[in-house]
Amino acid sequence: MATARPVLEDDPLDHALEPVTPSGALARDRDGEYMTLNMGPSHPSTHGVLRIVLELDGERIVSAVPDLGYLHRGMEKIAETYGYNKFIPYTDRMDYLAPVSNNIACAMGIEAVNGIETPPRCQAIRVICTELGRISAHLLGLGAFAMDVGALTVFLYTFREREVVYDFMEALTGARFTVSFTRVGGIARDLPDGWAAAVRRFAEKIPKTIEEDVELLLTTNRIWVDRLQGVGVIPRDVAIAHGLTGPCLRGSGVEWDLRKERPYLGYENYQFDVPVGRVGDAYDRYLCRIEEIKQSARIIVQAIDKLPDGPIAVEDHKIRLPEKRKVLTSMEELIHQFMVVTEGPALPAGERYFGFENPKGELGFYVKTDGTGRPARLRMRAPSFVNLGIVPYCFRDAMVADTVAILGSLDFVMGECDR
Amino acid sequence: MNALPVLLAETVSDGGVWASVNRTFVESRWAYPLLLVLVVGNVVPLLVSFLVWAERRGSALIQDRLGPNRVGPFGLFQSFADLGKFLFKEDVTPGHVNKVLYCLAPAIAVIPPLVALAFVPYGRNVMMADVDTGILACFAVSSLHVYSVTLGGWASNSKFPLLGGVRATAQMISYEIALGVSALAVLMVAGSLRLQDVVLHQADGWTVHGETLGAWSRFLDWNVVKQPIGAIVFLIAGFAETNRHPFDMPEAESELAAGYHTEYSSMKFALFFLGEYAAMIVVSALFTTLYLGGWTLFGLEDVLADWVRSSAPEAGWINWAQVVEGVLHSGIFFTKTLALLFVFIWVRWTLPRFRYDQLMRLGWMRLLPLSLAWLALTAVGVGILR
Repeated sequence: MATARPVLEDDPLDHALEPVTPSGALARDRDGEYMTLNMGPSHPSTHGVLRIVLELDGERIVSAVPDLGYLHRGMEKIAETYGYNKFIPYTDRMDYLAPVSNNIACAMGIEAVNGIETPPRCQAIRVICTELGRISAHLLGLGAFAMDVGALTVFLYTFREREVVYDFMEALTGARFTVSFTRVGGIARDLPDGWAAAVRRFAEKIPKTIEEDVELLLTTNRIWVDRLQGVGVIPRDVAIAHGLTGPCLRGSGVEWDLRKERPYLGYENYQFDVPVGRVGDAYDRYLCRIEEIKQSARIIVQAIDKLPDGPIAVEDHKIRLPEKRKVLTSMEELIHQFMVVTEGPALPAGERYFGFENPKGELGFYVKTDGTGRPARLRMRAPSFVNLGIVPYCFRDAMVADTVAILGSLDFVMGECDR
Repeated sequence: MNALPVLLAETVSDGGVWASVNRTFVESRWAYPLLLVLVVGNVVPLLVSFLVWAERRGSALIQDRLGPNRVGPFGLFQSFADLGKFLFKEDVTPGHVNKVLYCLAPAIAVIPPLVALAFVPYGRNVMMADVDTGILACFAVSSLHVYSVTLGGWASNSKFPLLGGVRATAQMISYEIALGVSALAVLMVAGSLRLQDVVLHQADGWTVHGETLGAWSRFLDWNVVKQPIGAIVFLIAGFAETNRHPFDMPEAESELAAGYHTEYSSMKFALFFLGEYAAMIVVSALFTTLYLGGWTLFGLEDVLADWVRSSAPEAGWINWAQVVEGVLHSGIFFTKTLALLFVFIWVRWTLPRFRYDQLMRLGWMRLLPLSLAWLALTAVGVGILR
């Protein structure tokens, strides 16, 4: 059912795409054999504003070229103008499925430049929040994935559980979605009463809920298995060559988790397993995410059980705001408050890359400070952006229906990808 | 001022012109079928609107939600509100479509399923068209439904609808074969193409070598017992035939936007919607007729009807006993059909969707051989037992 296309000499789109077209399909396109299908940027299963230009031979994909940038907001430049703490709310809008993880990653990237070590309680709370974010992001990833493959009900079930996470975030930060919870050198506020116990109950319950509401419906479902197994296979070496991280990399059998490899926030003190796949197909990535939710729940339980007391931010008031009560009564604290708010945290010049294991993969912050309250350069390595690079490879020779299964299994967020 | 009512009353009591026309009509062989057409022809669209409500409430039940609950009690009239919305929406006809086929397709979506329902026996006497080749007529008409999807996808002149339309054509034609073959096995057992005979055959107990077995066999007489494999194949093929989940390739929302009806809006879209649900009712009604004993209920329907007949008022212009019997029978019939429709809804909100090639493989490599083997087995069985 190929539709004839006119000769492409004057088609600016194709010239723009030519260098990155993987299989040289455009050359063959001139005899009018393939049909170009424009998927997105507003398509039900491109999860935001991803556009993919597909060359189709019937239902089979000859080549696929992702077209990014519809959600570009110039975040890195914004960071240079706004300064450290004021930039943190912007990170909420990156991987907006786990905003709190981005907050923490950003703050830690900035702290890493001159080795600010946050107190143990702050670290433990950051771990709990990060893992809650991971559960929330993976739940949505699974739900949207299942919905794309046609199991609509799973989406509602996972969303029901995400609501609970939202409620926790609301109790903790006052915002359900864009939480802006961390500050450079600590967190915004301490845990409310009963919060830890409620989160612990949730963390104990969630593995069973996942088993009953998601796995029972999908894992051994013949249609689900047929749709995913052998689809979007990413071999080990290809995954490494493309720089994949997160579940996409681990699904291909590479045991690489920054929480294990380069522990931060005291992750070396928690017991958890890193699930890896064997084949590297969409099904393996699905299983990895399921298991990661359970492991995150394990970490949360451990973190809450040994939650230390103490301050939630560094004592150095040149970095973190002093207590409001003291600001109103003491001169020195008032000056600190004034300087941190107007000038930003006082960070000496330096540069450092910090990689953080976000739900989607390695969220890296390269921060270059110049001694002022604003970074000279703040570069973000967005896992979704790098993971999407595998799309042309995965899409080749796939069916049209596989596109949604593959995209769902890659589980990307355009907010982070386009930044 | 009040001359007209008086006049009418006089004419009727006199047995004047009006009454004689009326009587002639009632006694003619057209009156009853026409009445049925009126009733059944309105019942089905009404059923569709409540089916949409049931689908939405049912999915909400499955998904821990509430579903539509604002319009009328339990949101029962939601469909009518939706219909009102559809009527008042702008009817956009894109410039790039083939106008004739584009407008024809939604009509073809609705008419064949409604016509096909004319051949289905709803009760002993509740039947619009008692055709000797009822099942063939039914299949012949309902398979026209495929044209709506094909033409809709083709005439839209746009890529996603085209893919949807092409998929639908291949799918519906493939599954039609398995559907037909498994129905053939039923006809072999019943020994008739007349749907009423198929129903009655399922209510009279097992006959082996010309001898009817005891009354107990009436309870095992439904074809779903005698034809288990055929029933399963028919049901699966029926899902595919109506483009229902997990076979909803043609519209596969997550892949093809809205599939063949992407370019449709307003009432034209609503007609596709109506057609899809009407087709679902056709398949359910056919399954009920072929496999679930139609309007019969282990002889209970006659016991009830007799009891009603004995206490019914004397037959006047309207034969009340017949009416009550008809309502009773069609009540049994529609209860079975609705139960089956719930299965359609239940499956939709539980299973993921097949991929197109897997669907074709299932149709041609699994269902068709299975139904053919079952047909052969049935032929042997019928040969031995008759």
